[in-house]
Amino acid sequence: MRQALLHCISFIPGHPSALMSVVGHAPPPFFKRGPAPLVRLAFFASLSILLLIADLRFHTLEWARLAVTTAAWPLQRAAWLPIDAAENFSEYFVRVSTLQKENEVMHRHQLEAAHLLLRQQHLEDENRRLRTLLDLRARQPVSGQVAEIIYAARDPFSRRVILNKGTQQGIQSGQAVIDDMGVIGQVTRAFPLTAEVTLLTDKQQMIPVQVQRNGLRAVLAGAGDNLELRFLATNAEVQPGDILVTSGLDDVYLPGLPVATVTHIDRNTAFTFARILCTPRAALDQHSLVLVLAPRTGQPPRPEETATPPDAPAKRIRRGAH
Amino acid sequence: MQPTHSSRRILRPVNHAFIAVSLFAALLLNLIPFGRLPGIPDWVALVLAFWCIHQPLKVGMGAAFLLGIMMDVIDSSVMGQHALAYVLLAFAATGLSRRVLWFPLRAQALHVLPLFLGTQAVMLLIRLLTGAEFPGLLWFLASLSSALLWYPLTYLLLIPQFRPEEKDENRPI
Repeated sequence: MRQALLHCISFIPGHPSALMSVVGHAPPPFFKRGPAPLVRLAFFASLSILLLIADLRFHTLEWARLAVTTAAWPLQRAAWLPIDAAENFSEYFVRVSTLQKENEVMHRHQLEAAHLLLRQQHLEDENRRLRTLLDLRARQPVSGQVAEIIYAARDPFSRRVILNKGTQQGIQSGQAVIDDMGVIGQVTRAFPLTAEVTLLTDKQQMIPVQVQRNGLRAVLAGAGDNLELRFLATNAEVQPGDILVTSGLDDVYLPGLPVATVTHIDRNTAFTFARILCTPRAALDQHSLVLVLAPRTGQPPRPEETATPPDAPAKRIRRGAH
Repeated sequence: MQPTHSSRRILRPVNHAFIAVSLFAALLLNLIPFGRLPGIPDWVALVLAFWCIHQPLKVGMGAAFLLGIMMDVIDSSVMGQHALAYVLLAFAATGLSRRVLWFPLRAQALHVLPLFLGTQAVMLLIRLLTGAEFPGLLWFLASLSSALLWYPLTYLLLIPQFRPEEKDENRPI
């Protein structure tokens, strides 16, 4: 009402407010739509790119991820209800004969493995005694906790699964995860109730291995559906069918865990390195029970990196300059 | 006025709460763990594009950014990946909104298909730049299924606006 009145006044010629209202002319409120779309796009796009850089380069947004994941946990459980119901429904109709057959097979497997297990304790005791005799450091006993893979992460660009245990149960990021056949991967993020495991097949996941047959050391990297043994010369002593085990050179994986089997070797001398493809031993695609190994402890301290390289070549250059 | 501008049906004004609820439901649908199954539509992108086209003054780039951040966390992908893609989607959808609604629904679906493909392309570009693996061409099926869902989704999300203002037993809606 007051605005309308002012508007009327401003049209009176000679009135002092006439000039002012023309200069500071404000559009009616229904034309006010905030900044132009392009301005808004530039603002939000640059904000997103800033977030991208902050997350990728500086890893500073883990706390936000932690908070939102924890808050969204009940919602996530609600979203799984249909999937859980479908699984329960199909399990209900598993026939008794199938279960009996499965039970029998597992019983036989256990009997077959029994003598190994029974002798293992004996061998470990012997190993410990021999190691003390030789004055070597004792090997870390294997311990860990059983967790279940609840689902595969939705992100199509990476290979990750989510476990049903988190920091509340003592899981930390960096722990190795295995199943009954071999290594599955490594815990990369630990949330209060869940943990995120990056599988071996993820392109950015690497694991130090050695060939079981001859002890040749190499680095195994993920390559989508299979694995790739990298940086081995074209004449490297590797055969199809070789089993790769962890070498234990990092502080993450215990030595001797089976990782993969070599399937295909391409020795093209046009390239510096051989192209060696491997398939993982563990069932990476199945949602089953896994063992999260306790973090490795008691590693010897790393040798200190010398900040300045040895100055012998520098001196030689200086001498040459004189 | 809508579902197409050329139809003579007049819709009730949209309910803000309904927009929020539909976006939240889309977020919930995206939480269902399908793993790497191809062809599962990105529900948030779909509903966001719908509201950006039908209500460009109410849903825009701000909402897209917030939803994108939430999707980044849910997806455990890189922060800002979905945010950037959704902001660009909202910008394009808002720009198209004056034009698209004049077409019949089938042509509308053809209009939004490149939007979804573009959203996926932006995400692909971001992740390939950071060194992730290419998820395979089947991944783009998600855009196709999203575009196919445009037809049923239009009727589903406009149901509250189809209702008459006052109940009249003799009126045939």
